[in-house]
Amino acid sequence: MPLIDKRIVKHVALLSRLELNDRELELYSSQLASIIGYISKLNEIDTTNVPPTSHAASNLKNVFRKDVLRQSLDIKDVLSNAPARYDNFFKVPQVIEGK
Amino acid sequence: MREDENRYETVIGLEVHLQLKANTKAFCGCSTLFGQKPNSQTCPVCLGFPGSLPVLNEEAFYSAVKVALALNCKIQDLIKFDRKNYYYPDLPKNFQISQYDMPLSYDGAIYITSGPEKGRKKIRIKRVHLEEDAGKLLHPEGANYSLVDYNRAGIPLLEIVTEPDINSPQEAYDYLTRLKAILEYLKVSDCDMEKGSLRCDANISIRVAGTDKLGTKVELKNMNTFKGVRLALEYEAKRQIALVEEGEKITQETRLWDAEKSLTTPMRTKEEAMDYRYFPEPDLVPFQVDKAVIEKIRRELPELPEAKAKRFSSEYGLSEYDANVITGQLEMADYFEECAKIYQNRKTIANWLMGDITAYLNAENLTIKQIGLSPSDLVGLFNMIDEGTISGKMAKEVLIEAMKKGIKPAEIVERRGLSQISDTAALERVVDAVLARNEKSVDDYRKGKKNALTYLIGQVMKDTNGTANPALVNVILKRRLGD
Amino acid sequence: MAELFSLTGHDLLRRIERGEVASSSILDSVFARIDRVDTKVNAVVKVNRQQSDIAPKTGRLAGIPVLVKDNICVKGEETTCSSRILEGFRPPYDATVVKKLKDEGALLIGKANMDEFAFGSSCETSCYGPTRNPWDLERIPGGSSGGSAAAVAADETIMALGSDTGGSIRQPAALCGVVGLKPTYGRVSRYGLIAFASSLDQIGPITKDVEDAALLLGVIAGYDEMDSTSVDVPVPDYTRSLQKDVKGLRIGVPREYFVKGIDPEVEEAVRRGIEVLKELGAKVSEIHLPHTEYAVSTYYIIGPAEASSNLARFDGVQYGYRDKDADNIIDMYVRTRSKGFGAEAKRRILLGTYCLSSGYYDAYYLKALKVRTKIKEDFDEAFRSCDCIITPTSPTPAFKIGEKTGDPLSMYLSDVYTIPANLAGLPAISVPCGFSSEGLPIGLQIMAKPFDEETIFRVAYTFEQATDWHKRKPML
Repeated sequence: MPLIDKRIVKHVALLSRLELNDRELELYSSQLASIIGYISKLNEIDTTNVPPTSHAASNLKNVFRKDVLRQSLDIKDVLSNAPARYDNFFKVPQVIEGK
Repeated sequence: MREDENRYETVIGLEVHLQLKANTKAFCGCSTLFGQKPNSQTCPVCLGFPGSLPVLNEEAFYSAVKVALALNCKIQDLIKFDRKNYYYPDLPKNFQISQYDMPLSYDGAIYITSGPEKGRKKIRIKRVHLEEDAGKLLHPEGANYSLVDYNRAGIPLLEIVTEPDINSPQEAYDYLTRLKAILEYLKVSDCDMEKGSLRCDANISIRVAGTDKLGTKVELKNMNTFKGVRLALEYEAKRQIALVEEGEKITQETRLWDAEKSLTTPMRTKEEAMDYRYFPEPDLVPFQVDKAVIEKIRRELPELPEAKAKRFSSEYGLSEYDANVITGQLEMADYFEECAKIYQNRKTIANWLMGDITAYLNAENLTIKQIGLSPSDLVGLFNMIDEGTISGKMAKEVLIEAMKKGIKPAEIVERRGLSQISDTAALERVVDAVLARNEKSVDDYRKGKKNALTYLIGQVMKDTNGTANPALVNVILKRRLGD
Repeated sequence: MAELFSLTGHDLLRRIERGEVASSSILDSVFARIDRVDTKVNAVVKVNRQQSDIAPKTGRLAGIPVLVKDNICVKGEETTCSSRILEGFRPPYDATVVKKLKDEGALLIGKANMDEFAFGSSCETSCYGPTRNPWDLERIPGGSSGGSAAAVAADETIMALGSDTGGSIRQPAALCGVVGLKPTYGRVSRYGLIAFASSLDQIGPITKDVEDAALLLGVIAGYDEMDSTSVDVPVPDYTRSLQKDVKGLRIGVPREYFVKGIDPEVEEAVRRGIEVLKELGAKVSEIHLPHTEYAVSTYYIIGPAEASSNLARFDGVQYGYRDKDADNIIDMYVRTRSKGFGAEAKRRILLGTYCLSSGYYDAYYLKALKVRTKIKEDFDEAFRSCDCIITPTSPTPAFKIGEKTGDPLSMYLSDVYTIPANLAGLPAISVPCGFSSEGLPIGLQIMAKPFDEETIFRVAYTFEQATDWHKRKPML
């Protein structure tokens, strides 16, 4: 079974909200296949009972902030980059209800 | 149809989302105040602006621990946050900081009582975890655009998930009521479904009673009141039973409750399978709560509804049912105790609170704190009844007026001249006048027509505008009539 | 007298202090240099000539021009990560490092070119076009902080900030013949750095010599309450570590870094560099880092996975580019992202999404996190017997523009020596240690224990003082 093929790349593109044309699909499928072929090298290592490291600063724990108000952004700064706005809202093309 | 329905059992799991009360959001210092100008309570962090980073609110974290302990959960040894990845415009980063495989807590339970005759039932809590709320979307009528307000984005949210231990819509309602009571006791949330600070989704399936195999599960969303949850579940159970009875399959889907039409409809979704791609949130570090700290928090938990109900039974002699009802709301329980301190007949307090007062509060959608009737006012009213100053019937009228207008009962009685005439000399004068103009009735009475007395009492009450002490009138009349 | 633009920061600070130069003349000199050479180098994507306040300031970098990589937020200045998807984005806030620079009087002269979202080792994936290596304009400057390194090498700035996720500071520093330091993970706040891979990213200095690196790190380092992963360790005065003394210092040289794929000229230059330190009294021994060969694989799972999530926010809703033709939200996401991201960004998003997706998570992402543990353990073990580790920074000198764009995997493999320090969170520096026969710079990498930047500075400074590679300048 190939580790990755066009069908999977298509699905992954959908999850990533990317649209690939046929040429891109072809190209990425073959490039990703070779990259994934290479990274599958990790299977050579026995990692039974090895804990995962998701942080480089692995001994850091319990970093909190106090529940103290900070100044929010000026609303003008919140919206100054907005591609479209309406009143004080960000405006987007219609959302078809349903997550 | 009824018989068919009884063949089936409903299996329900509830997922409650609760906004935790805190000054600031879960991961930034923006205010959590409700109802402010759109996007006025946002910063680079809760807007998910490029380069911004989350830092966890300590208060929210320990509130969550408190809730978990109150729901009898175990606290995870090492608590980790994860990213839940999906695209939606109310989600500023297109991922939600949530918890996946190492949630804050797990394996809890609470107990519900469904009515005076039923026993306790255990509802297991699968997990309680902390996450961030999303923003709000508006869809203006008829417009081809939507609007986004991120004020709500990042508010600390607790997800409380039950095991599928709930077997009827009423049990779901009872669970929610009990959960809400516990949360109110902890003072960790407004628990206001209308403002969205408490939200509830449900999973429901049906199966032939007595069998083990779970049916196809349907997720219900968009219920805005506890009653709505009950109605939606009732509707959905009927719908599923009808389908199965007709030999049709139930589709695994999410359905939305339409409160106006009282029905559920399937939610439109893209056919793409959901894949949240959870992975450890690299911008946050893990969290750990020392055993000693957990014990300290546990010890410092306030008395919770169940314990309070037990105490009310033993300390004040309330029936188990009354104690449960009274302790169902912290404000009510506190109110009862304030009254109980200064008034000995606790059953009377409970009856009035559960009767006329609750009826009024429900009708007006108010809480006991919102009406201007202090416990000492209410006890004052009881005392007036006990002393014979007013009749029980009149007391009810006075109570309603007091609650409506926020005036002290004593003042109402005084102002309206409602206190009973218990002055014997004054009453004797009225009685004499009544007897003088009702010779026939006097004759009838003396001839043995005992109900003539009732008529004469009525005349005295009429002459005194109802303020005469009926017991005293009775005594004087009988004396005058030579009994 | 040398042109002001060609001087180091510490030299200029002394001249300013003595009243010999004014910061306005330094600025003029640097801007004139940019005008003269940047059309060739393309290192600077935005020049901020409106220096609101060039009156003498106080602070450790008062009057010193600093160029900032385009993935670090500067309030009100366009910050794009060299990506079309962020076009026009002006952050409403300063990154913590930027705030610190401003507080110390540094002059932020503009933004440096980079690989789009720091995805690359060649600075060829920028939406502003490739940056060119000042030593050979046909070649790449390295990446992703290629603009920062090339600008320092070409004297278009006095100092620069880069960011390093898998070698993005050190590799371009090596290829451009300048000094580049990736601090310990947690040493410098990431607040305001537009994330590539949150568990690997660090901001660090790219400078003309080691002393400037120490000076600049001293300013930007430190705990930040806005970054949960920044560590509350006191910041030493790094300039005190600038001592010419490596006597008795134990240097480990990992065998696994001198294997197939290394350019013989690179190996020779690095080995000669190690000899220099040995002659100065350091004790050199061979060590083993057995999981080195798995570092690239591990990195190309973790990095893209985190990136795929970090880059999900670029959707056209709040800022940056938006495709205006979409009539519903999903369409807008897809069109905006498909047009806004370049090819390498798409490739990494796809790769990362794949590694996290249901059915593949355990095989790739979780596996990589576990191998990451093994790689970290290799270093823990190694540092029991040595104080620092010396390796080449990059297996080859700068390659030709376009040489590797068709073969992403071969591009990825050029990070082989720099990636391990990111996975383990270690500090590492690249310092110039020679030139190839074609006249291209070669870098030597020094790694140390977490939060032991002082040892790095001591070794690097000793080496630099004993050699003069850092004094050579490209002809432009």
